[in-house]
Amino acid sequence: MRVNVIGLAVIAVVGVPLFILGYILIAEIFVSKIRGDKKRKKIRPWLWVAPAFFLLIVFLIYPVINTIVLSLRNADSTKFVGLKNYIFIFTDKVMLSAIKNNILWLVFVTLCTVTIGLLIAVLTDRIRYESVAKAFIFMPMAISAVAAGVIWKFMYEFRPKGMPQIGTVNAFLTAVSPSFQPKAWLFNPPINTFALMVVYIWIWTGFCMVILSAGLKGIPDSLLEAARMDGANEWTIFWRIIIPTMSSTIIVVTTTMVINVLKVFDVVYVMTNGTLGTEVIANRMYKEMFNFHNFGRASAIAVLLLVAIIPVMLVNIKRFGQGRG
Amino acid sequence: MGGTTIVKSKSQRITRLFSRGILNVVILAICAFWFIPTLGLFISSFRPANLILNTGWWKAFQTPFKFTLENYVKVLTTANMGRSFINSLLISIPATVMPILIAAVAAYAFSWMEFPGRDVLFLIVVGLLVVPLQMTLIPILELFNKLHLTGTFVGIWIAHTAYGLPFAIYLLRNFIGELPAEMFESANLDGASHFTIFTRLVLPTSVPALSSLAIFQFMWVWNDLLVALIYLGGNPSVAPMPLTISNLVNSYGGGWEYLTSAAFISMILPIVIFFSLQKYFVRGILAGSVKG
Repeated sequence: MRVNVIGLAVIAVVGVPLFILGYILIAEIFVSKIRGDKKRKKIRPWLWVAPAFFLLIVFLIYPVINTIVLSLRNADSTKFVGLKNYIFIFTDKVMLSAIKNNILWLVFVTLCTVTIGLLIAVLTDRIRYESVAKAFIFMPMAISAVAAGVIWKFMYEFRPKGMPQIGTVNAFLTAVSPSFQPKAWLFNPPINTFALMVVYIWIWTGFCMVILSAGLKGIPDSLLEAARMDGANEWTIFWRIIIPTMSSTIIVVTTTMVINVLKVFDVVYVMTNGTLGTEVIANRMYKEMFNFHNFGRASAIAVLLLVAIIPVMLVNIKRFGQGRG
Repeated sequence: MGGTTIVKSKSQRITRLFSRGILNVVILAICAFWFIPTLGLFISSFRPANLILNTGWWKAFQTPFKFTLENYVKVLTTANMGRSFINSLLISIPATVMPILIAAVAAYAFSWMEFPGRDVLFLIVVGLLVVPLQMTLIPILELFNKLHLTGTFVGIWIAHTAYGLPFAIYLLRNFIGELPAEMFESANLDGASHFTIFTRLVLPTSVPALSSLAIFQFMWVWNDLLVALIYLGGNPSVAPMPLTISNLVNSYGGGWEYLTSAAFISMILPIVIFFSLQKYFVRGILAGSVKG
């Protein structure tokens, strides 16, 4: 066991880079054996991109096509069933509730992360301890959604009224208003879905803040000074100058968040596993795949995610391309 | 600037001070909201089990102080967290090095070699950023089952490598493509081979891009649950920390002495990286905002 682990570590740290560089070295020796400068120039680039394209074809291109094919087949992929799986995902009660929840997530989480992120970016721009304040808000981006799930499960921990609350949320609310009835935040629909969303907002607001803050710093000071000289107040400046000049950054952040939220999985999986009305699309896909072994339905759900993401991503790439000039 | 010459009335000054005060209070409240959840976990992880379960973590500061390392000892020795920490390292390091090197090789070819279909191929790579991981899980799992790669480190290294490639190639092509052409011309005149140019010139000058990418990819793999769950799912001896913790959540729903310390162990490395290399991390995140 020990030896095994050490061996793996050596392979991991030394072997892997040597293997890749060794490949290039051998490919170059092979190329140098080829006669004719022209031929050599023709073959060399393909050998350099080959490892990348081999992996991309096997792990991304082929699976996408295969998943689309599987989505038209039955649970164990032995029979063609046409659009049956797609009809299922748009008629099944749990699937419909997952789709409804995902739309709710999309609207609420995107709106909150982008708005709060922008608000914090604008507010911290005016204080001296800006970088410290921003580090606090950005830190959750560094930890895993699983750890964040544990952190917030603990925050939401519930004890019946009268017992000492160990969950911060219930304890805080009880302290503020003694008549408050402690709630089992993760067990009562529809509030449990929102409780999960808060976790996601807590994780991702820092991301929006960092990008929006970078955009904000890009606005020339002279523009803001000129507006202030003309007697515009901060409120007008925010709506008439900051928002319009940052519109493309805001769109990039918004579309990125939409894509993230569409695929939301870990937070839900760890905290409620989609029970009690908190199901979302990606978690449903996992269940169809692993718990029910229905590869047809699971594939159809994956295709649904892809189809939902493509238009958003196109907006993003187009905008990003413009940003680069 | 111009404002210093304007004499402000007393009431104006008071309003200014007042709004400054509100601004600071609002920011501090926001920071508290963001910090308290992590603080609560951190403090609880050092409290004895019976105290965690019966009193709020904020009571930890009442005398007599009762802190212990017992939770960490327990979770590391009995809940597989020690092994998982090593597994996380064994998974994340190669899964960071591999995609970056392979992508750098491809990005060099995309930037400085001429070949037909180059731009179309690069566009395909960028297009692959769209693909949600979910689209690949079933076919790859079936493939891994056939090749006996499920539940192995090799399998998950290759999977993470492939998933990280589109973004890595995209980012590195943008960087390597913008290196000055004169640098390559003079190297060519000296008769340097492509291998020499790549290892002696391209890799060293790309260190800023490579390090941002490395941090981004490392954190991505370190924190990943989905890929590990699918390809390593049934095998606890190779499980990385997020997988082990999510299993702990299922089996010890209210065992907060396990969960708080386990979660904190998984957070140590990302937090250290975050605070020591924040600049690179932020740069990676900024560039990664298009990742699918």
